[in-house]
Amino acid sequence: MGETTMRVTVDHDLCVGAGQCVRAAPEVFEQRDPDGKSTVLQPVPDAQYQAAVREAAARMCPARAINIEG
Amino acid sequence: MTEAQAVPAPTPAPPTFPMPRACPFAPPAAYSELAEKGPLTPVVDVEGTAGWLTTRHDVARDLLAHPKASKNLLRPGFPALFPGAAALAGEIKGFLIWMDPPEHTLYRHMLAGEFTMRRVQTMRPQIEKIVDEGITRLLDGPRPVDLVHEFALPTASLLISELLGVPYSERDLFQHATGAILSHESTQEQRKNAFIQVRGLLSRVIAERTENLGDDLLSTLIRKYREADVFDHDHLVGMAVMLLGAGHETTANMIALGTLGLLQQPEALAEFKADPALAPKVVDELLRYFSIGDHVTCRVATEDIEVRGVHIPAGSGLIAPNAAANRDPAVFPNPDAFDIHRNSKSHLAFGFGIHQCLGQHLARLELEIVFTELFRRIPDLRVDGEVADLQFKDQALFYGLHRLPVTW
Ligand code: HEM
Ligand code: SF4
Repeated sequence: MGETTMRVTVDHDLCVGAGQCVRAAPEVFEQRDPDGKSTVLQPVPDAQYQAAVREAAARMCPARAINIEG
Repeated sequence: MTEAQAVPAPTPAPPTFPMPRACPFAPPAAYSELAEKGPLTPVVDVEGTAGWLTTRHDVARDLLAHPKASKNLLRPGFPALFPGAAALAGEIKGFLIWMDPPEHTLYRHMLAGEFTMRRVQTMRPQIEKIVDEGITRLLDGPRPVDLVHEFALPTASLLISELLGVPYSERDLFQHATGAILSHESTQEQRKNAFIQVRGLLSRVIAERTENLGDDLLSTLIRKYREADVFDHDHLVGMAVMLLGAGHETTANMIALGTLGLLQQPEALAEFKADPALAPKVVDELLRYFSIGDHVTCRVATEDIEVRGVHIPAGSGLIAPNAAANRDPAVFPNPDAFDIHRNSKSHLAFGFGIHQCLGQHLARLELEIVFTELFRRIPDLRVDGEVADLQFKDQALFYGLHRLPVTW
């Protein structure tokens, strides 16, 4: 799994600031003030966080705002 | 087209939602029967209006995040959770939880920044203080004691009062009134009066803040509403009423049920006591296991939609009970087992889609602190009497316990 280069983005039009991404991978996402929308700290997440990022995107983000390439 | 479901006649009358729980620790048994009928099954609400129910986690997410799914409970077809539910709607100006975009988007974004994990963590000292004092009161008081009224409700209430800056002297009124609003057993008249009481209290608080802006939540909202040019006193009062209603009884119910749940699972509890760092996992598993807002995850279709090959006409109720999704074996293997080591992060106890619980990080933090401190300071806490005699809130919008006598 960890071999692929994964790129993560968050669609700010969709994001509702629920913070599931931060719970799943605090190293990769951060909720910014003042509107609580998610900021990607690691657009190319380290291998060790990739599974968590995939889970956040596929099952946890309620707004389906997290996009993954690769 | 509408007959896409080729069900052989005669079709039995669809079951009515909500469905009763038989075992207090399990979702309604009817969910497992419905699960066998396919991804979506027809049901009717208490007023006889047709809707579709899913017991599956993936389908629940599709329904709850669907762009044509509305949370406006005034729309014809929105599932009535109790008879006459829509009659309350006139009282709910400013209630984020029942708004649709674009209105929802505007207000959700003004609020969301105040409820992030980081922001909520700054409230930790206040929460610890409230919890600490609550436990001290228990320890200083008589035994046995009802944990619901003497600890869970006041703790949850104080937290929200603190969040909104409600004067301490008015918390009894607030607690009583929010309980009356949410109970299925209240008459329409009682609900209405309770709304009026809570609103009056918050209206006074907000009027005072408007004059003297501070750095509390309501003052921050007043500033943001003004910046967005949408400041309206009554609207903000509605928003505050909703925050009280959404955050008080829910958290209180989870405190009592979670305490009971842990007492019922001695091995998990022993492990948790030995390693309080397990708190986040314990709390998420309790949230999944009890799914106290099972009925809240409902919508209505605003247009004809197609979900998993089922044609759903506009105006149909979309019902995704989260207690069912949270026991979907495809996501939670051996779902009926209480297991603090499983991955329960993707449970739907806080809903899904754009309305996913705004207060979830606050609720989690409060519950983590409560369970950690309660079992640290009262390690031999136990239920006083038989679990079989406990009265569960079967009739309420949020599942919980009416009373939980405990001793130590
Ligand atoms: C254990 C405690 C709690 C549970 C189980 C819970 C559950 C829920 C559920 C099921 C929803 C609806 C989601 C949907 O329709 O998809 C919701 C929405 C909401 N909750 Fe909570 N909640 C809890 C605590 C809180 C607290 C403490 C607050 C605030 C102080 C809060 C504020 C809200 C708000 C504002 C919404 C509406 C969000 C929106 O519509 O955008 N909740 N909650
Ligand atoms: S989980 Fe999704 S909606 Fe929530 S903050 Fe992260 S990206 Fe935004």
